[in-house]
Amino acid sequence: MYLGIDIGSSSSKAAIIDRNMAIVATHVINIGTGTRGPSQVIEEVMQKANITQEEILYTVVTGYGRVTFQQANAQITEISCHAKGVSYLMKGIRTIIDIGGQDAKVIRIEADGRVKNFVMNEKCAAGTGRFLEVMARVLGCDISELSDLADSATNDIPISSVCTVFAESEVISRLASGASVEDVARGAHLSIAKRIVGMCNRVGFEADITMTGGVALNKNVVKVLSEELNMEIKAAPETQAVGAIGAAVFAYERHNKQD
Amino acid sequence: METKKSSRQLLDEALAKHYEDALTAKAAGKLVAWATSICPQELLETMDIDVVYPENHAAAIGARKGALTFIEHAEGMGYSSDICSYARVNMGYAEIQEFAGGNIPMPDLIFCCSNICNTVIKWYENLAVTLNIPLIMFDMPFNHTYEVPEHSVKYMRAQIEYAIERLEAITGRKFDYERFAEVMKISNETCEWWKKATDLAVHTPSPLKGYDMFNYMAVIVCMRGKTACKEIFQTWYEEMKEKAANGEGPFKDGEESYRVMWDGIACWPHLSSTYKVLRKFGINMVTSTYPESWNIRYETNDLDGMARAYSSNYANRNLNYGIKNVTKLVEDFALEGIIYHSNRSCKLMDFRQYEVQRRVEEATGVPSVIFDGDQTDPRIFSQGQYETRIQALVEMMAEKKKSEVTYE
Repeated sequence: MYLGIDIGSSSSKAAIIDRNMAIVATHVINIGTGTRGPSQVIEEVMQKANITQEEILYTVVTGYGRVTFQQANAQITEISCHAKGVSYLMKGIRTIIDIGGQDAKVIRIEADGRVKNFVMNEKCAAGTGRFLEVMARVLGCDISELSDLADSATNDIPISSVCTVFAESEVISRLASGASVEDVARGAHLSIAKRIVGMCNRVGFEADITMTGGVALNKNVVKVLSEELNMEIKAAPETQAVGAIGAAVFAYERHNKQD
Repeated sequence: METKKSSRQLLDEALAKHYEDALTAKAAGKLVAWATSICPQELLETMDIDVVYPENHAAAIGARKGALTFIEHAEGMGYSSDICSYARVNMGYAEIQEFAGGNIPMPDLIFCCSNICNTVIKWYENLAVTLNIPLIMFDMPFNHTYEVPEHSVKYMRAQIEYAIERLEAITGRKFDYERFAEVMKISNETCEWWKKATDLAVHTPSPLKGYDMFNYMAVIVCMRGKTACKEIFQTWYEEMKEKAANGEGPFKDGEESYRVMWDGIACWPHLSSTYKVLRKFGINMVTSTYPESWNIRYETNDLDGMARAYSSNYANRNLNYGIKNVTKLVEDFALEGIIYHSNRSCKLMDFRQYEVQRRVEEATGVPSVIFDGDQTDPRIFSQGQYETRIQALVEMMAEKKKSEVTYE
């Protein structure tokens, strides 16, 4: 069995694949690096897979928390792991949009899944999951409700501030002047989408495109982003666990010296 | 028998002496100038005016972890946090005038050349106005054409001639043209040895450890009109030549696994942590745009040539020149990757960086990465983000290496 762990800033993900490279189990816990998230996700994914620690032949860790995690055989960046995970799960993908808790990246991959080029957001929360967390707090809803809210929007309310802190004040002032929560939710999604489109243009995106990371669970973001890109975004299975699955595939390859 | 000093010893001694001499000169009532890094220092050297370079001092303050005090002070004075951090450190220093890690004398004259950026124009003008001292300004327009146009050369030459008049008026002394010729000769030789030494990095493995270049750069900025500076580069050259002949690489305890270029200024406040990440992966920065920026060459007594040389540095050249320059570095130095420092301070470099990256990648296929940082503001840097980007570059370089392996 081969274990991949993806320790992000706001969630921990794990995946186990077997000697036939088939996925045995995946698991996600919504707390990330610096918490008990990493150990808990490993424990629970092994329970799901019904295996013991001794059966794990090789472990690869990825994500923001990879450098401080000591119990893996190797650590690989989330850029390579998302590319590996996507090319394992899907065929024909050449561009990956991954939006996580604290960073957003657009990765171009070769037909064989190797990373061709990538761009990441600047040292700033604009266009990331953190931005949506802040927006949800201001709108008084749970982050999981944003998608449905935005689906029922009737007006376009642009949020022009790129900075998350300024966008927060902008949203408060929009709400104060009578804008609906639904419209503002959609405005927040549009703001992320525009930011990501800029990154896509920089890296020179091409079809097919998929989206990974926690924010991909927000269907309205995916829809708005598709519209802005003028291109269908293919849904990735196991959206949040793609990085961990990629790490598990690397673990398999390293152990069997295919890498 | 006296053992020969290493270039590093000579470098450290020369820098210490450079700052001491300036402080002593000031204490003795001599004129001291503050100048920009790629200015026609030949004029000041000829007039025997001691010069210190605020950019170099700001970098030193940054590397010694002292920048924030001065930056916060400058921001308190009303300077925006969006302004270059060298400018903020120096503006703050001009008021506080005390840094435990090394002081510079206050200036009696400001000597500024805008061939490196536009920020220096207002930064140095503000210093001159605030301190109520004379300002000699070389206005060096950006070269929008590939070659430096003749009208720019004429414009710069006229400004050099006018600066000589101003210096004569300010000091009350005649400009000595024989001494000027001597200084021109020394300055050119120094630049030649700087280039020769840094060019040794074409060897694989490179005898030059890239971060050393950041250190040796201090004297090409501060002392290129002095024989002592030329001797440092000659010694450095000899040392590296020997290393190259013995096949020695940059690291004592490891291989040079990857050869990269670093685009832009160092992150001085995070010099050691940025270096350690590179070292961990066996990355050697073998070159940058700096070797060529101080390759300021012209014939002795050729004022047009001097004017052209000072208009020709990388920062003052157009996009196509920049792309061609970096593409050539990739070829000449057998680079496997490029690290672009998106330096919040330096609008001039950042403005074209994405396009340089895109077109150099198109031309060479060499992978690259951009990270966000700042030359002296310690707040604009995230270690985690930096490390992820560098490691991702390593993974791309490793894949590329693997796919290029040929079996004979």
